[in-house]
Parts: sequence; structure tokens; C-alpha cells
Amino acid sequence: MSLRPALQSGKFIITAEIGPPKGTNIGPAIHEAEEYYKGRVDGVNVTDIQAAAMRLGSMVSCHLLRDKGLEPIMQMVTRDRNRLALQSDLLSAWVLGIENVLCLTGDYPTLGDHPGAKPVFDLDSVQLLGVARGLNEGHDMMGNELDGKPDFCLGAVVTPGGNPVEMQIMKLEKKVESGAEFIQTQAVYDPDLFAEFMQKISHLKAPILAGIVLLKSAGMARYMNKNVAGVFVPEELIKRMAEAGAKDKEAKNAGLKADNQVNTSIEIAAELIRKLKPLCRGIHLMPLGWDKCVPPVLDAAGL
Amino acid sequence: MTISEPKPLEEVLASVAGEKRLFLIGCTDCATVVQVGGEPQLLEWKKILEENGHEVTGYLIGEPGCHLLGLRKQIRERQAEVEAADGFLIFSCGTGTQVAVQALPGKPVHPATNTLFLGSVQRFGQFQEFCSACGECIVDTTMGICPVTRCAKGLLNGPCGGTSAEGKCEVDPETDCAWKLIYDQLKAAGAIDRVKKTMKARDSRRKPGRRILAKGEAK
Repeated sequence: MSLRPALQSGKFIITAEIGPPKGTNIGPAIHEAEEYYKGRVDGVNVTDIQAAAMRLGSMVSCHLLRDKGLEPIMQMVTRDRNRLALQSDLLSAWVLGIENVLCLTGDYPTLGDHPGAKPVFDLDSVQLLGVARGLNEGHDMMGNELDGKPDFCLGAVVTPGGNPVEMQIMKLEKKVESGAEFIQTQAVYDPDLFAEFMQKISHLKAPILAGIVLLKSAGMARYMNKNVAGVFVPEELIKRMAEAGAKDKEAKNAGLKADNQVNTSIEIAAELIRKLKPLCRGIHLMPLGWDKCVPPVLDAAGL
Repeated sequence: MTISEPKPLEEVLASVAGEKRLFLIGCTDCATVVQVGGEPQLLEWKKILEENGHEVTGYLIGEPGCHLLGLRKQIRERQAEVEAADGFLIFSCGTGTQVAVQALPGKPVHPATNTLFLGSVQRFGQFQEFCSACGECIVDTTMGICPVTRCAKGLLNGPCGGTSAEGKCEVDPETDCAWKLIYDQLKAAGAIDRVKKTMKARDSRRKPGRRILAKGEAK
């Protein structure tokens, strides 16, 4: 099923993310998506030069996913292309069979591996949504008529833990007004805080998919708390990951193989999903390379 | 005010390597306040250049360095020293350097500074960028704070997800998030509704980079 009818059906939606490789070796990423995501998720996000680190493009990766029978969600950031290139790429994506686009602003170039790149930001994410909706309606940003038009299902993002949250909500309202049909959130680790956020946006009708980033270690959790804006991993989860890490280390020292960290990560994600499920319309999994953990997470969450 | 910084010594020396006799031009306005092209800096550079085998035929401080007719007049008053020079080192901004080219046709002109931004003087030696001369001022909506300049991404419709808990920008933890500043002002004034309307994309034609504004031609 395409994403739009799935969203409209009222079912609990599951999306998951992949990141294209740095280079032309796309085979493994497509193979993993086919193996771990096919039949389990309603859409597969493909990041667009994620973290401003140069890599293979989202559009071609989405096209290849579609050829394998998966439902791609093309992420598109406004960092690297002006309004001419963004619109042209949207038309190209539609011709390649891509029906879903997630509109974002994108990380700033100095955070990536080409820090001297010219930041474009000709449009922001709100404006990109409006422009994409205009293409759906059959005209470009200047009102010129199109010869053949797309019909994208458009998505947007929000950071529920953003500071100040009132500004995040104000921007989310604009995104929905500008055509966002679904919303994926930044990583959520605290269901109570998320419930408060959902209360504050109860006036918005767009389906919210709560972001789940798999914890890989206690160190990663602490790093995110310190460096990733709007993400807060409670101490209790960090402690569980640290204990699992210590057990793995012990096993390794004894010459044994152990998966305590992976298993604990899966457990934590599944618990979170169960707690978040009554609060929102779906989840968006960001396994950050641990794609193979997605099926066990969904199994453990009863999805 | 135009904020500039001195170029590294080696770069300046390399640029004038082929010219033995040099004439120096500073500026009484921005470059004097910023302390890159006032009289004390020119005298310091005169000494450095002489220590490195150059002869300084003279110097002048443009009043200011970006005023073409004024600079031409000042140059005429120093004709002998100017004519004795093989090349010119300019200690004002990028505009001052190019006005010197207009005032000294056919002579080698070298910048001795890097021009950084249009800024305010916050305190002695501390400057802050507020305006990027975009030609489409929108700060009426944003409580007098410019997101085009002060948000790294120039976002018009609200902050990205990268504002830290302390209200700083993800691009530079020393810099305030422009949208946090705007929010604080809006909240204090009870005027959050001001930014609820979606702002359209900016018109880059207002900033073509080669403008000439004649009297009465402000469009």
C-alpha cells in the first residue's frame, strides 16, 4: 500500500530510515532494506546528505527501493539546492516513481565533512512544503503551469523537546498549513514529556509518527544528551545500557561473544513503542545502521 | 560599520614582493575604529615594510577611504609621493580598495585587510554582525531582530531543531539562536501572533551584488 492510503486508513504506521553509502556501493543498503523492512514497514525514509556529510543521493536510492517493492520516502533538505533545483528534483523524483517527500531544512555545512561548502537555504522547510504542494496543484513557485503534475504525499519533522517548544509548535502549524500530511519527530525517550507535547498540538490533525533512535551504548546516549538539541535520554535508560555494555566487556575478556547491548537496545525501543503507541499515530525508526534490529524491535513491541 | 581584519603579514609581503616603493592608504572611519587602517596601524606597517626591504614613499588616511572624489583630492595633494610609488597597499575595506583602484587608474593596488561583515561596535575591539544588507528588511515582523543575518540558515518561519537548551545555535555554541531572541522579545511584548503568518521566500534580485544607487533611485 502507498503511504497516503496507509495514513488515511487509520492503522498504526511504521516507517524506518536508511542512509545511502559514501560512494557508489548502494547494494548492501538496498539489500538490508529488502531483508529487514519489506513487509514490516509502511515507508522507508532515505536521508538527503545526512549530517552534511557528502554521500550518494536520496532520489536514486528511493528509486531503487521502489524497484524492490518498498515504499520510499525521499528526504529533501534546502541546504544544497536553490528553488530552481529543488522544484526540478521534485519533478524528477515523481517521474522516477517516488510518491512521498519529507521536507527539511538540513544540517548546516560546517557540521559535516565539507565545512567550506556554500550554504544555500534559498527556501526553508515551510516554504519547500508550500512549493511542493504548488507542484501537486499543477504550477511552479512563480505560478507557471506545469505540463504534467505530481501528487506527492508530503511530510515534515518536529523536535518535541525543542527549546522554546512554543516556536517548534508555531513552525509545525505552518508546516501543516503548507501541506504536510504526516509528521515524523526527533528521537523521543521520555513518554511523559511526549504526552505533554501531544497535548499541546492536539489541535493539529496531521498524523504524528514518534521518532525512535536505537541506543547503541551508554556513551552514545550521553553524547546525544550533551550534543543533540532537543534529545533527552533519561538516566535510567543510560544505566541499563551501561550495565549491558559492562556484561559484553566481561564476556569479551573471557573470550565469549555476547549481545547484551544489542538486546537491551531492542528491549528499550520496544518498551518505548508500547508506551508511545496510545499517544500517536505511528513510529519512525532510526536504527543508525542497526537495520537488522528493526524486525526484533517490532516483534518485541507486538507490531 | 564595515568590520575588517588585517591580512597575515606573509600574505601582504608576498603580494607586494615585486614592488620596492609603496604608498599606504588608510581610512578615518570604519578602519580607524576597527583599528586596521588608522594612523597608528599605518605607521606600524610602514616600519614592518621598511624592515622587509621596502621603501614607503608616504601614506594618507582617506576621509573616508570609500569616498571617490575626496580620495582623488587627497591623492592630488600628495602627488609626488604617489607618483614615486610602484604600488599601493590599502588598509580600509574591500570597498576602499576598489575606490583606490578608481582613484589610481593603472597602478597595482593590494588589499592589506580581509573585509568580514557589516557590524556594530559592542565594546572596544568587539564587533557583532546584525545586518547583511539583503535589501528586503523584515525585522518589523521579528521584533527588530534579523533572522536573515543572525540565524545561520537565514530561516524566516521559525527555528530549526538545533537550538540548545541554553538557547544557543547548533552551528556555534557561543552564538545565540536568533529565533530564541525573537521569541523572548515576542513573549515579553505579548506578541507571539506576529510570527504566525508564513513568510514567503526572499527575492534574491534585491541582492545582485553589483548595485549602483543614484539619487532618487531607491527601488
